[in-house]
Amino acid sequence: MNLPIYLDNNATTPMDPRVLEAMIPYFTQKFGNAASRNHPFGWAAEEGVDYAREQVAKLIGANEKEIIFTSGATEANNLALKGVFEMYKDKGNHIITCTTEHKAVLDACKHIEKLGAEVTYLQVKSDGLIDLQELENAITDKTILVAIMYGNNEIGVIQPIKEISAIAHKRGALFFTDATQAVGKIPVDVNADGIDLMSFSAHKMYGPKGVGALYVRRKNPRVKVTAQMDGGGHERGMRSGTLNVPGIVGFGKACELCQLEMAEESKRLSALRDKLESSLTTLEESYVNGNREYRLPHVANISFKYVEGEGLMMAMKDMAVSSGSACTSASLEPSYVLKSLGLSDDLAHSSIRFGLGRFTTEEEVDFAIEQTKKAVNHLRDLSPLWEMFKEGIDLDKVEWVEH
Amino acid sequence: MAYSDKVIDHYTNPRNVGTLDKSKTNVGTGLVGAPECGDVMRLQIEVDANNVITDAKFKTFGCGSAIASSSLATEWLKGKSIDDAMAIDNMDIVEELALPPVKIHCSVLAEDAIKAAINDYRVKNGLEALVAEKSHH
Repeated sequence: MNLPIYLDNNATTPMDPRVLEAMIPYFTQKFGNAASRNHPFGWAAEEGVDYAREQVAKLIGANEKEIIFTSGATEANNLALKGVFEMYKDKGNHIITCTTEHKAVLDACKHIEKLGAEVTYLQVKSDGLIDLQELENAITDKTILVAIMYGNNEIGVIQPIKEISAIAHKRGALFFTDATQAVGKIPVDVNADGIDLMSFSAHKMYGPKGVGALYVRRKNPRVKVTAQMDGGGHERGMRSGTLNVPGIVGFGKACELCQLEMAEESKRLSALRDKLESSLTTLEESYVNGNREYRLPHVANISFKYVEGEGLMMAMKDMAVSSGSACTSASLEPSYVLKSLGLSDDLAHSSIRFGLGRFTTEEEVDFAIEQTKKAVNHLRDLSPLWEMFKEGIDLDKVEWVEH
Repeated sequence: MAYSDKVIDHYTNPRNVGTLDKSKTNVGTGLVGAPECGDVMRLQIEVDANNVITDAKFKTFGCGSAIASSSLATEWLKGKSIDDAMAIDNMDIVEELALPPVKIHCSVLAEDAIKAAINDYRVKNGLEALVAEKSHH
């Protein structure tokens, strides 16, 4: 086992060596511009892109013409929200999303609000799932788009996508989902799930950084988005810019590998995740955040009460995880996702996200369990809150001197 | 953001962790910060008849810099007179630990904890609480 170990696979994943191998020829030999139609260099690049487009489409049950390559999921989210609003604003100006979405979705919504959109932000229940009845109540005749993420990046909770898309379609709205954390990890099928637009990214599934895609439905209904960048009219006019050929080839290979290995991999990872969770929750006052049934196989988000997340990460030596405590950011605000679940600020500050991945071994998980237990116990010995809790003092009744 | 060696040293081997008997009249306790903010420091001093701090203990809920700031504070407090302790400035802590700007609040909290502990001691012994001059926030 090599140290440090990497358990932050929801932030990014290491590239699979098989993906790198597929990409290499496209840097120096097949370096052509995929839009160069008049010579073999262009043809070779285009061939690589076409094949990758098929690989990507196949993973999500789409037609290859429905794949718009982008620089990543952030761009795809922006294109979906801004592009749909611009294209359909004459039909209506109402968009529905939820409070636990990624910042790329929330901030794009804030942007189009300034342009005249009206956005409803659905609250989630304490398990992280949205309330379908609330969605139904929120839809109006002006609703053009429902934007709800597939799997959450902090807690891994999977929303009831089929039900959500059915509700949207019943009222004539399009359904868009940010599936960055879900594609490649669990079966996602745009037709079975009723998805009209979907964003996802290569680097979350063992592919390269800097490439992602927006799925845009072509039939039943035919969906269009207004391009957000002007240029050569690439990607059916929806996303101009010379294609990132090596990145796209790598993305395709990554999708193919996910499709081949997903079933086995998700079984293995959920077993490791369960082991991690059941061991760590034997610690007193530790809580798993989010719904434990409807969730991605590779994420565990646990709050260890009375210790602070950033301090805890520092004590968890030789392992990379992330925390809902935002002590490093300027705002000092803890995770808005955890707060949306109704967690108090102190529990949100005490959370750690463990993200397992394709290259995580059982030995590493065992190491993580031991290190985490040691770290939590060490910091509780240092924690005045733990001492007060042990003395039976109700911390909610203490008058804190906030700074 | 990488931590400085001194922060890592104090964090890994915190000095003077523990609890003094707060019922004793010569022990002053300062509890500052709030769990919602992600930092709570408890700093205690024991003072002898000559107004010299003979012992100091801390416990902190917070990030590595908060723990290091309070650990360092206890080290500095031991052997100091109350007056000298009152003069400890948060920027001294920032400098000693090489804290980055986003972590300056940790040093402010440590200074607040020192002053709160001294005032608790003073009030217990029939003296008025000193009004702390504003820290460098």
